[in-house]
Amino acid sequence: MILNGSQILAEVLVEQGVEALFGYPGGSILNICDALYDYRDKIKQYVTAHEQGASHAADGYARATGKTGVVLATSGPGATNLVTGIATAYMDSVPMVAITGNVGTSLIGRDSFQEVYIAGITMPITKHNFVVRRVEELADTLRAAFRIANTGRKGPVLVDIPKDVTAAKCEFTSGPKIEGEYTTELDGEALRAAAEAINKAERPVIYFGGGVGSGEAGEELRALMNKAGIPAAHTLMAAGVIGCGEPLNLGLLGMHGNVASNLAVNEADLVLAVGTRFSDRVALNTEAFAKKATIIQIDIDPSEVNKNVLVDLSLIGDVKDVLTALLPLISENSHPEWLKQIGEWQKRGYVPKDDDSVLKPHQVIDAICERAGEDAIYVTDVGQHQLWAAQYCRHVRSRHFLTSGGLGTMGYGYGAALGAKAAFPDKPVIHITGDGSFHMNMNEACTAVSYNLPVITVIMNNSVLGMVRQWQTVFYNRRYSGSEPERVTDYVKVAEGFGLKGYRCTNLAQFKKAMDEAMTLNCPVWIDCVIDREEKVLPMIPAGETVDKMIME
Amino acid sequence: MSKQVLSVLVANHAGVLARVASLFCQRGFNIDSLTVSATDNPAISRITIVTEGDRQVLEQIIKQTGKLEETKKVIPLKANNSLFRELLLLKVEADEKVRREVCGICEIYRAKIIDLTVQSLIVELTGNPNKIDGFLTMMKQYNILEMCRTGVTALERGYSVQTID
Repeated sequence: MILNGSQILAEVLVEQGVEALFGYPGGSILNICDALYDYRDKIKQYVTAHEQGASHAADGYARATGKTGVVLATSGPGATNLVTGIATAYMDSVPMVAITGNVGTSLIGRDSFQEVYIAGITMPITKHNFVVRRVEELADTLRAAFRIANTGRKGPVLVDIPKDVTAAKCEFTSGPKIEGEYTTELDGEALRAAAEAINKAERPVIYFGGGVGSGEAGEELRALMNKAGIPAAHTLMAAGVIGCGEPLNLGLLGMHGNVASNLAVNEADLVLAVGTRFSDRVALNTEAFAKKATIIQIDIDPSEVNKNVLVDLSLIGDVKDVLTALLPLISENSHPEWLKQIGEWQKRGYVPKDDDSVLKPHQVIDAICERAGEDAIYVTDVGQHQLWAAQYCRHVRSRHFLTSGGLGTMGYGYGAALGAKAAFPDKPVIHITGDGSFHMNMNEACTAVSYNLPVITVIMNNSVLGMVRQWQTVFYNRRYSGSEPERVTDYVKVAEGFGLKGYRCTNLAQFKKAMDEAMTLNCPVWIDCVIDREEKVLPMIPAGETVDKMIME
Repeated sequence: MSKQVLSVLVANHAGVLARVASLFCQRGFNIDSLTVSATDNPAISRITIVTEGDRQVLEQIIKQTGKLEETKKVIPLKANNSLFRELLLLKVEADEKVRREVCGICEIYRAKIIDLTVQSLIVELTGNPNKIDGFLTMMKQYNILEMCRTGVTALERGYSVQTID
């Protein structure tokens, strides 16, 4: 059938199974908006307050579902407003297709109104991007975008479509939904060598990251851990992939990870790194990281091998495939001495002090989890609250803790939470934020109201930019430059102004009551939690240091 | 630190060079020289990059370049099995006092004189980059007015060809 570019776009979105579209209208995508009007029963559109919010929503949707998130924006400022969201998705390997309109091809290169070279701008923060100059190329280009975004190591792809291409017509034939084409080519010799090293290790530890979650390989990893009797520590990106109560799960590793995880990696004779990239928040000192260990790395992306830390052996492929192939070669084993040693280290862990008369971060998180439960999706912004959530939430499900790990995007949370809620309307979605991060994108409250997305936002409000201030306390002699903006925002009033419900709490009983109510309300809620500005994220290993330099108070 | 010549086969699309250059710039990889040219396949271009780094950096350069969607193949060329060629154009001041000497050096290097004025001449020299370096060392005793080198272009020796999967 003969369709115009905008209809072709809509058809390909339907064909690729897209049910939700996050975005914001504008001049260059008027034709697209017009075509989508006819598809509103098939593709639910969410118009956000700001394109950045839409990009984070598409990201949150993708992280929660595993499907490719789709965001649409107009040319110029619409496109540039996506940049932070695209970069966030890129750093955390989240499948996303960003569609931008552009000025007509005859206006490109003339500094036209709302013209920007978004393909150039997003080159280093996308897996790939396209400018579609002919309508005949549109359908296949969009299909390629979906294939690239969700194949191999996942990531964002941008498709820029000039306005005249959205109006031009051509023949369109519907195609099948594109499935990832990645096939693992297993290296038998490397597999055997890895198995042998694992089998003979005396102090082995697994260090796993977001790749296990996005590769849906939690079961396979657990099977390996249990069969070989190997404890495992995880990165921020992998919270929930292995349940927090499972005995071999040591918990968070790295800068704000726990004592036992960090010491285990430090003292291990074998480290099996799975779906992770030795980032500077984990391998804080690349020279000293796991110095006593033989390091084996499993990753889908060969460029992650020997990038930050030199490894002894690598197995390239889909984590699930590699673990499945590895498991039969692994002997049933246990390491009682090693686990006993780790148990001793666990007793040395940081324990925060309770105080019900105020709001202590760990007690707030605890109260949230008690009420929202294991099925809730927890979404954070970036800063102290993010690490508290990582440390104290009872993570038990993969894809249920959404956080900007790589880019560390303050303002990520609200949009991402709305995207997750759009995907899972029946699950509680809790947005845990700080007053600093929340000020960046709190405007998305209007989106929560427009589409009645009952996300509960818990604001850890210490009136300062807590993580910056914490570093200034520890490393800059308490010179609080720029970190104490002294805002007087009344969150209850602002919430009401947006048309949602707001609470303010100063002690634990109040918070529990507010949270109980919020869980029953079925409307978006903000809960302002006043916490002390001296609260720190502990323990902490200073940047570039090792576990010996861990700060405990 | 060692030098490495990479022959990178890429899709012949607008913007491919920008992607490769952007990658090198972003990750702080070195580019000593870079040439882009057509190949026998109109859908494929060849980018020949001379780069520098330790083993870990060179490994990253090869893998990161290979990861680009439009990269079809990255071939690290071995010096003992490859031919490297570069073209030099050199404009040198040469009045009647030194012209004969300059021409003598050109003859030894088998360089061609392709432009001549009363005060100057332009020399064209093709060869291995080392040969060009040697020639330039000799020519430095004269007043060089302008020069231009194309950067290295290269192919592996022998009958076999690099195919794209």
